[in-house]
Amino acid sequence: MKVTFRIFRFNPETDEKPYYKDYEVNADPKDRVVDVLHYIKNEIDGTLTFRRSCLHGICGSDGMRINGKNMLACSILLQDLGYTDRDKTYKKPIVVEPLPGMPIIKDLVTDFTDFWKKYEAVKPYLITKTPPPERERLQSPEDVELIMEASKCILCACCTTSCPSTWSNDNYLGPAALLKAYRFIFDSRDEATDERLDIIDTPDGVWRCHTIFHCVQACPKEINITWHISQLKKKLVEREI
Amino acid sequence: MIHQFDAVIVGAGGAGLRAALEIPEGYSCAVLTKVYPTRSHTGTAQGGVCAALGNEEEDSWEYHFFDTVKGSDFLGDQDAIEIMCYDAIRAIIELEHMGMPFSRNEKGLIAQRPFGGHTKPKDPNNPFGERVPVKRACFSADRTGHVMLQTLYENCIKKGVQFFPEFFVTDLIVQDNIIRGVVAIEIATGEIHIFHAKTVMFATGGYGRVFRITSNAVVGTGDGFAIVYRRGIPLEDMEFVQFHPTGLWRLGILVSEAARGEGGVLRNKHGERFMERYAPTIKDLAPRDVISRAMYTEIREGRGIQGPDGTYYLLLDLTHLGPEIINKKLPEITGFARIYLGVDPLKEPIPVVPTTHYAMGGIPTNVDAEVVIDDKGTKIEGFYAAGEVACVSVHGANRLGTNSLLDIIVFGRRGGKKMAEYIKERDFAPLPKDADEWTRKTVERLLNSNGKERVSRIRTELQEIMMDKVSVFRTEEGIKEAIEKIKELKERYKEVKIDDKGKRFNTDLIEAIELGNLLDTAEAIAYSALNRTESRGAHYREDYPKRDDQNWLKHTLIYKNEDKEPIIKYKPVVITKIPPMERKY
Repeated sequence: MKVTFRIFRFNPETDEKPYYKDYEVNADPKDRVVDVLHYIKNEIDGTLTFRRSCLHGICGSDGMRINGKNMLACSILLQDLGYTDRDKTYKKPIVVEPLPGMPIIKDLVTDFTDFWKKYEAVKPYLITKTPPPERERLQSPEDVELIMEASKCILCACCTTSCPSTWSNDNYLGPAALLKAYRFIFDSRDEATDERLDIIDTPDGVWRCHTIFHCVQACPKEINITWHISQLKKKLVEREI
Repeated sequence: MIHQFDAVIVGAGGAGLRAALEIPEGYSCAVLTKVYPTRSHTGTAQGGVCAALGNEEEDSWEYHFFDTVKGSDFLGDQDAIEIMCYDAIRAIIELEHMGMPFSRNEKGLIAQRPFGGHTKPKDPNNPFGERVPVKRACFSADRTGHVMLQTLYENCIKKGVQFFPEFFVTDLIVQDNIIRGVVAIEIATGEIHIFHAKTVMFATGGYGRVFRITSNAVVGTGDGFAIVYRRGIPLEDMEFVQFHPTGLWRLGILVSEAARGEGGVLRNKHGERFMERYAPTIKDLAPRDVISRAMYTEIREGRGIQGPDGTYYLLLDLTHLGPEIINKKLPEITGFARIYLGVDPLKEPIPVVPTTHYAMGGIPTNVDAEVVIDDKGTKIEGFYAAGEVACVSVHGANRLGTNSLLDIIVFGRRGGKKMAEYIKERDFAPLPKDADEWTRKTVERLLNSNGKERVSRIRTELQEIMMDKVSVFRTEEGIKEAIEKIKELKERYKEVKIDDKGKRFNTDLIEAIELGNLLDTAEAIAYSALNRTESRGAHYREDYPKRDDQNWLKHTLIYKNEDKEPIIKYKPVVITKIPPMERKY
């Protein structure tokens, strides 16, 4: 099939302002978006710049906005976007843009500095005070089940950059950092719950989440992030009582 | 710009991060990585990391040791294997204490499952008698590498390790067998940096992208192998390349051995469970080299299934496992099958082919991750290597599944400890003049070239010839053809032209330098494969189909020889407890 990729381009080194460039390609409905981006870079225009690595949705490098939605370019096939007919020439272009609300480094590559700062703000590591036993700490399958979904997070920033509360407030921790906070608060081995709850119990913490659910729609690992944040809110309310 | 650090670690996968945790307070340490640490390839490991914890059934590290030696087709160094298997238990407990979320059994202990080549004696009183699969792989669903990488990174954040993300290391500064640092390009700005260091560790990962079908990330371009090879340091056992039996057809994306550990079976076009013929006792849980060869044989003998594009595949059948196991224990891989092939593993089998997976060979080290350059144990002072880029050698001619995640945490730690000792005792060796000369010249040449060759074309041609001629089945004729092709591509590489001439985040330039690394790594693989006229583990020569302990129970060391044929030397295999015996399953 013939399809046009309309790609956001911006090199602050040489361009005064961003622009969109069209690339017409022959593609297959089963191609991933990242396959087509590779084809464009390899064969048409080597200046096109994007991050990618594992190509199967676990490294979190290639989050971008595709036809208006945040997703991983390696985990979406053209047919999933509605481009299903091998013999057709599609008029409607596939629009590829960087994750919104982040500074642009070049083309589809964005600056994650702020994202990592917020990740670090929630103390993303196990804190224990009692010395560990000689063997493993015990956890029941149910204990682990509580944090398994949150542990899936690949830190791609699709959620945080899809969130209107993030767009309107630079200081909001955002869904990815809150999910990381959940992963430790609900880990039966962790011994810093109060300290952790204090970090998120602020207007720019969990309370900035207005349950808009954009993060849930954007998450390529199908994590119900809003549910996890709601559990944090519940925990805070319980602490209050 | 010139930086100075006591320790520089290149690569932020499991080995590099684990090493960084050993650098003591009061000493400076920089971790350089060409991606962001959490994007490292360790994160793609799925099925497990093994240790004889005995949480599910009786097990012993000595059984693990035996399995690893046998799995290596007796090429692994037994002193190193003993250290790894013995230390495995402590290493897993340590990860748990660091916060790694493991799947658990009903007792609340770390859950374990069977994996290829991991066995124990059926009768404990007869240790060399018949063996049966054992539950030894510790796991976190099928995201074991992902949570391990996250946990190690989290602990580095806790410790305050200094990272240089998206710094692409291009060269090693070494003179008179003493390390002095590395050269790197800061991708965001294009600036060339010199890192002056007392010690350097390479934990740069593998080279899967030398081959067309691979489970490896696009960044697996053999950078560490090529950099040291160009600097006159040998590479060990490069002929041993692991092909994992179950890559998603056409894409090569890994479908973990855990799928078979949980009861999945391979079938040919007649629906036959063909592994019963090749490995009668442990069948689908035979080691990877055995199964990959069996699969190629099935396809060659007409029992593969032909896809619409003319290529062949076999089937991984999980349909009898039921939703409980598939959704709880194998969620990621079933997701891959659905997303990429439109196959629902609950209802139909998954089309699979062997996929290039792992480098058994690499930078030769001793059991403390110190780089040694010959058969006498001569060191490059201050230089360490760990993880896939290193060859200790614990994997010999074939690695067992789950031993790679173990290797990185055991030898990453040991290397880090040695680095910590070294930086306390030693001073900085002076930097040579023009330490960044090679990098500057390479970058200038690539930016200014007006040649006609495209990076992607040379890369694709390299990947195709290596897949066709230097993969599961090899012959002298085929390997020679590949070597001629590599020579031709190296000539053409000199005429490579890139589109992006800017400094800022120039991935066009980075890919061009990576291509140089792929070509040098491919050269080392192909010459080593041509030289070894026997079949052992993953190296299968159709013209020499038997293992030949008389002549070949030794490690290959290959040295680059500028514009001439590489030089090959050898070093002995360390055999402590288990004499070589016939390897059958």
